Amino acid sequence: MTPESRRLDGNAAAGRLSDVFVFDATAARTRCGGCGMTAPLGVYHVYADAPGMVVRCPTCEAMVMRIAQTPGHTWLDMSGVAALDIST
Amino acid sequence: MARTAIRRRLTWRLATVAANASEARAVHRLSLQIDGWDGHLPGQHVDVRLTAPDGYQAQRSYSIASAPESPTVDLVVQRLDDGEVSPYLTDGVRAGDQLELRGPIGGYFVWRAEFDSPLQLVAGGSGVAPFLAVLDHHAAAGSGAPVRLLYSARSIDDVIGRERLQQHAERGIGVTIALTREQPPGWAGLSGRLTPRVIREHVWPADGRPSILVCGSTTFVEAVADSLVEAGHEAAAIRIERFGDVKGARRDSGVPTTRR
Repeated sequence: MTPESRRLDGNAAAGRLSDVFVFDATAARTRCGGCGMTAPLGVYHVYADAPGMVVRCPTCEAMVMRIAQTPGHTWLDMSGVAALDIST
Repeated sequence: MARTAIRRRLTWRLATVAANASEARAVHRLSLQIDGWDGHLPGQHVDVRLTAPDGYQAQRSYSIASAPESPTVDLVVQRLDDGEVSPYLTDGVRAGDQLELRGPIGGYFVWRAEFDSPLQLVAGGSGVAPFLAVLDHHAAAGSGAPVRLLYSARSIDDVIGRERLQQHAERGIGVTIALTREQPPGWAGLSGRLTPRVIREHVWPADGRPSILVCGSTTFVEAVADSLVEAGHEAAAIRIERFGDVKGARRDSGVPTTRR
C-alpha cells in the first residue's frame, strides 16, 4: 500500500475537529508553518490509518497537525500550523 | 442553510432509519429521519458511529446524497464484504432502527445555490453521492448555473441514482457516464476510464472558469485533478474529496478513513 493511496484530505478530519472547534475547520485558511503556503484546511492531506490522524501540507509535506482520540479525550497537536484565518 | 448551523459545535445525535433500499449493485440508500436537523449544504457529510456491546466503536464518514429540501437525510452506502461497518448498514439495518451520527460536517467541499459560475462535477463510483445532493438542490432552488456531471462507474448496474440522473439530463444538466468495465448492448455513453483526453472533451472548457468538484477514490481523484490542471484549469478552482483507495484501506480501523 503506497502512501499516495492512503491519502485523504482535510474533509476527513472535519468531524474530529468539530469536537474542538465551533467553526468549520475545512474552510479555515491555514498557513503551513513549514513553507508558509496558505489554503483551506480541506486542501491539506490527511493520513488517517495511524492510531491518530496526521495532517500534512500538500506543498511541502510538513506535518501541520496531529489528532488522537480516546474515549473521553481529544489530543490535538497544532505545532505545524503558523496561522488559521477563520471567516466570522 | 442558516450560518448558525455550521457555527455551533456538533454533537452526536440519534437518527431513525425511515427506509433502507437497494440503489445499485452492492449499494444501498439509507433514508434517515433526524429530529431538529437544521439542514445542510450539498457536499457536506456525516460521521456515523456504531458501538458494539463491549463498547468498541467504529466511525465512518458518508456524504449526504439528498438535497436540503428532502424530508429525509439520505446516505449512499457501498457494501464492502470485508468492511466492518458497511455490511451492517446495508444488510443489517431496518426501518425504525436508530443510528448515532454527527453532522452536517464540512464547509469547503460544498456547493451553494447562490454560486452562479458554471459547475463541473466529476465522480468516480460512490463518489457521485454528494453530487446527487448538488443536482437535486440545483433543481429545487431553480439555479441557473450551468452544470455538467462526468461520472465513471464500472457497469450500468453500478450506476448510483440512475433514474434521477436521467431526469436531470432531461432538464438540461449535462450528464455523461463512462462505464469502465462492461457496457450494455447499444450503450450510448462513454466506455473506459477517464483519460486526460476524455476529461478535456467532456469537462467545461477552462476559459469559462468553471468551479470544479471531484469526488472518488484517492487514485481516481488525483488522476482527474492532474488531467484538469493539464487541460488549463486552475488548481484553486478544483475542490477535491478523497475517500481512500478501498483495497488499501484498513479493515479493522475505527477511524473514518473510508466509506466502508
